[in-house]
Amino acid sequence: MIRLTAKRSTNRVFRGLRSHQFTSAERSRATLLAGSMITAGALIGMLAGVATAEPAARATSAKSLDEQVQEIKSDVLGIAAELGNLEEKLLYPSNTQIAVFVSLEDGDSVDVSAAQITIDGKLVAHHIYSFKEVEALEKGGVQRIYTGNIPSGAHQLDVVFSGKLRAGKDFESQESFSFNKNVAPKLVGIKLASGAVGGTTIKLEDW
Amino acid sequence: MRRVLVHSLVVCAMATLPAVAGSNDEDPFFGEALFHAYQGQYFEALERLDSELAQHYEVDERTLDSLYAQLGHAEFSVGDFELRYRMHGRAGRAIRAVLEGDIEESVRADAAYRLAQIHFQKGQSKTALEVLNSIEAPADKSLRDDIAFLRANVLLALDQPDDAIKALHPLQDASSLQSFSAYNLAIALLESGDSKGAAIQLDRAGRLRAANREDRAIRDKSNLVLGALLEEAGEYTQARNTLDRIRLSGPFSNQALLRSGWSEVSAEKFDRAVVPWSILSKRDSTDAAVQEAKLALPFAFSKLNVHSRAAVLYENAVSSFGGELQKLDASLDSIKRGEFLEALEREEIRQDKDWVVLLRSLPDSPETFYLISLMASHEFQTGLQNYLDLADMRRRLLRWQLSLDAFEDMIQIRNAYYAPRIPQLDQQFRKLDAQMRVRLEQRRHLEERLTKMLISPAPNLLATSEEHEIESSLDGFISKIARAPKTNETDALHVRVARLRGVLKWRLEMEYHERLTMSHDHLRDLNAHVLALQQQYDSFVRTRQAASHSYLGYDAKISRLREEVGNSLEKVIRLRKQQGNMLEAVASRELRVRRDRLETYQNKARFAFADSYDRASNQRSK
Repeated sequence: MIRLTAKRSTNRVFRGLRSHQFTSAERSRATLLAGSMITAGALIGMLAGVATAEPAARATSAKSLDEQVQEIKSDVLGIAAELGNLEEKLLYPSNTQIAVFVSLEDGDSVDVSAAQITIDGKLVAHHIYSFKEVEALEKGGVQRIYTGNIPSGAHQLDVVFSGKLRAGKDFESQESFSFNKNVAPKLVGIKLASGAVGGTTIKLEDW
Repeated sequence: MRRVLVHSLVVCAMATLPAVAGSNDEDPFFGEALFHAYQGQYFEALERLDSELAQHYEVDERTLDSLYAQLGHAEFSVGDFELRYRMHGRAGRAIRAVLEGDIEESVRADAAYRLAQIHFQKGQSKTALEVLNSIEAPADKSLRDDIAFLRANVLLALDQPDDAIKALHPLQDASSLQSFSAYNLAIALLESGDSKGAAIQLDRAGRLRAANREDRAIRDKSNLVLGALLEEAGEYTQARNTLDRIRLSGPFSNQALLRSGWSEVSAEKFDRAVVPWSILSKRDSTDAAVQEAKLALPFAFSKLNVHSRAAVLYENAVSSFGGELQKLDASLDSIKRGEFLEALEREEIRQDKDWVVLLRSLPDSPETFYLISLMASHEFQTGLQNYLDLADMRRRLLRWQLSLDAFEDMIQIRNAYYAPRIPQLDQQFRKLDAQMRVRLEQRRHLEERLTKMLISPAPNLLATSEEHEIESSLDGFISKIARAPKTNETDALHVRVARLRGVLKWRLEMEYHERLTMSHDHLRDLNAHVLALQQQYDSFVRTRQAASHSYLGYDAKISRLREEVGNSLEKVIRLRKQQGNMLEAVASRELRVRRDRLETYQNKARFAFADSYDRASNQRSK
């Protein structure tokens, strides 16, 4: 039967030495239990098993600094949004703007390693995917692979994807599409899906 | 070993984060924001989503906008991203706004859960509990479990362990939270005073099947806590058996080996203490447990009367502590020189998720050797994240200053190109525009006449120019005949002219429908040309407008943005300095504590070495 009555170590020589780690039974328990309640998100302190009690004044100053950091984040995000709009107006006016987006079919898992986008025979984007980017696509994220300018009228879009299928087989898929650009910004979506016969299919979407 | 420890820490921290809200990719810009968020790029995600939402609210017919169907998720995601970007103030406001809006119940429950999380993280446990109490049980089991788990944590923070126990009991079968809830239930039982129940629960948590690294880490933690409790209670054999369950490669293995040794010492089985401490003393010597083992191991040998071995090990400990003290001094010196903060900012290190470990392996970076122990402090972690965010913002702002320079150059070049050409173009355009308007008016007039002729036929209007000439000639003849004296010849001429006029009229009447159809065909042909002309005209007008828009009206905006960027940069630099100073102070303080402890260890080792050396000499002389 487990007996949990506290009992101190009787070793005299090492009481002093151990005091650096655990000053008493209570401290020992406190150290192990400090941060013991496992809360989502902040596990590092718990896992390291160290409890640090900081002076209240320091915590207050840290908090106010934290609030200031939050404020400046908000300001910088505001500037980023304005700069984004300015950049779009200056570099990609709406009457010539084209943006190409890449996504995966819902719930599909294709290990894309590279994509190549050609518009009217001119290579406009060549992207090598990182592991994080592939994961983000698999979770439903949409990648803006290219933003540029084209005149109004009919155009040709050629897409090449390469990578590995779930079965481990290498693939390279390519597809050509034609589309029309009018005065509004053109948003072209390219959706990659693993095909029924072990290959991949590329679909064009229009927003 | 170290690598495994920190990797686990990072993975554990990441794995406990809730999933990013929403996964629909119907709106490409929302999908783009999610693409960044899924990669942990919350600044970019917020930038995209803020812009998209702002544009959505400017649209006249919002129901036609592609974001409309996902608006609830998008609004919620803003709060979610802000929370992850450590903007708790704004995240709280955003989530509260979502809760007040018309949204699906599942989204509402998730939003309320996040809001409660924010309050809990800010230490506002009572408010967190109020928010949790306001949530109606969602249909999604995973979310229901997360809510119950958070409720238990909040109750523990509010010192209500009995209620926490009630909340945790139903979660013992929740697969995703099994190890977390099992461990927390043990802690709740311990806090409620039920030591026996806590020990049983810890024993259970320490035997759970672990599917992943964080589960294994929690299982080890449970065994460590139970082992400590048993050792404190004098149950040394059970303590050892429990500590033996902890993996030798896990994040708690050092503490387990150390405690296992002390447990054997407490049971006065010094020979058995030698085993775990021998393993531990060979590990990374920056770890506090390893340092303690380096001193504890010769102590065990001395207790076994193996004084020569003890003397050698004490000497080794003195030397090792000396090396560590040098590292700590180097760390403290480099912190003073500002190299600590420089090392934290290294871009190539931050690309890797094990960057904390990598920092330690950087050559010539003594300031980073003890970083892992610093990471244990919550204050340091928060400060470090803020410092890295500020460093990132500083880089962005500096880049934006260059972008603004580039924009100004671009505008200047466009101005130099367009400004002298546009007045001439406008002049030519005005002439062509006037001509075009006249022709379009003519066309409109013709169309009107042809339309009227469908109702009231007018054959004369469809006469050819030759026929008009003939008719004029006939009219002229009639006038001449009328002026001439009336004779038989003039009568005959009059009859002939009348016959000719009749022929003309006959032709016009008989060919009327054919001619009308042909006229409509011609009008349709004209329409195609007019359309092409109109398109060319519109295209020119747009291009002309685009030319003006490409360089006019930006000066004030760029100047304002330049000022805002400058002000923000100044603020970021100031805050970064403050935050950096705070980090350096925390790091220096922690390192000094470690240094003091090592110095004490070294002194103890020196005395113990002398003592063991004497005893070994005596043994030899005997």
